[in-house]
Amino acid sequence: MTMLIVGMGGTLLTLMLLSIIMTVLKKIFPYKPDEEKKE
Amino acid sequence: MVDAVISGANGLIAGFMNLHWSNPIMIAIGCLLLYLGIKKDFEPLLLVPIGFGCIIVNIPLAGLMEKEGFLRTIYDAGIITELFPLFIFIGIGAMTDFAPVLENPYTFLLGAAGQCGIFLTLLLALALGFEYNEAVTIGIIGACDGPTVIYVASQYAQNLLGPCTVAAYSYMSLVPVLQPPIMRVLTTKKERETVMKTHQRTVSKTTKLLFPIVITVVGGLIAPKGLPLLATIMLGNLMKESGAVERLTRASQNEIANIVTLLLGIAIGATMDGKVFVQPTTIIILALGLIAICLDTVCGVLFGKVLYLITGGKINPLIGAAGISAFPMSARVVQKEGQKYNKKNYLLMHAMGANAGGQVGSVMAAAVMLSVLKGMGII
Repeated sequence: MTMLIVGMGGTLLTLMLLSIIMTVLKKIFPYKPDEEKKE
Repeated sequence: MVDAVISGANGLIAGFMNLHWSNPIMIAIGCLLLYLGIKKDFEPLLLVPIGFGCIIVNIPLAGLMEKEGFLRTIYDAGIITELFPLFIFIGIGAMTDFAPVLENPYTFLLGAAGQCGIFLTLLLALALGFEYNEAVTIGIIGACDGPTVIYVASQYAQNLLGPCTVAAYSYMSLVPVLQPPIMRVLTTKKERETVMKTHQRTVSKTTKLLFPIVITVVGGLIAPKGLPLLATIMLGNLMKESGAVERLTRASQNEIANIVTLLLGIAIGATMDGKVFVQPTTIIILALGLIAICLDTVCGVLFGKVLYLITGGKINPLIGAAGISAFPMSARVVQKEGQKYNKKNYLLMHAMGANAGGQVGSVMAAAVMLSVLKGMGII
């Protein structure tokens, strides 16, 4: 049961954290069509 | 002269005389795997070498898995050292486009929900009397991710490597058969008809470049035991997204992935010796693997339903089924199911996001599980 709680909970929390970090990164480095075209 | 002829003739029938009753069964199973791979196109890149490896290892007296036998050499070099699955992961990372999951980071959560089967099956396996290390390996079949299964099995339960790997790859190829009935049972017609907004391309190159680095550092700090899995898949992706090492990216996608797949397949087939494979345990493992993958789908769809409720019906719960690691097969299944009920429904890109999330989720779940077990002092 420990494994279910800590394991599944840990997986969910880790991926939630990653999803928050990626959302923040998207805000910091927004997509700019012009710059992408130059590259 | 006559004695010499008889002795010589005996040498020619020694193979038949030493045939164990389980060997013909395994040769038949090897042929079945070949049939599924060649005729039915079920994961042929793996089932063909696995099937052939299974056939040749069940021919007695050849000594292929004995010390210095050629299969033993491949097995020791790539499976015992865990190198083959890690090389495969570099290839997977170099082939996978994570943009869909970056466009909608919430799909990471669907990728997490799709791993529930791993932990539930682990409990089931423990209840059935498997040792902890064996239960972990069986549960990992639910990751629906062959290389992860091989990595974990080669570290913690080498005796289960054959059945667990065969289960993982077989069920991955059966995703189009296994998932749709579960999706239909758990969702209403109205939910399945939900149209989701189409995506705009919104991810910058910088974000795509930072993604593999962030996942490696954060994931590695949280679950260091799984760092080899995370790091290799992310290295492949970093090479792909950077565009700076095209030769290495192409080699990872093609030559390295192809060579390792061949060697990996044949080495796995080599673990399918009848004397150790034909046991009730194998049947139980195959059954538990099936349960694991079905539970993944159930949890993924149920989580999709939660998102459907939270967002006021903006998210089609079917995409939850794609939160497993069978990439991109599962996303295609979702697209097909969605279109069955609403011709205007294009769920593919959303499902690809969940599917890419599942790819990261399966590796993360394995990493977390190994780190938790390490923390508990079990492994």
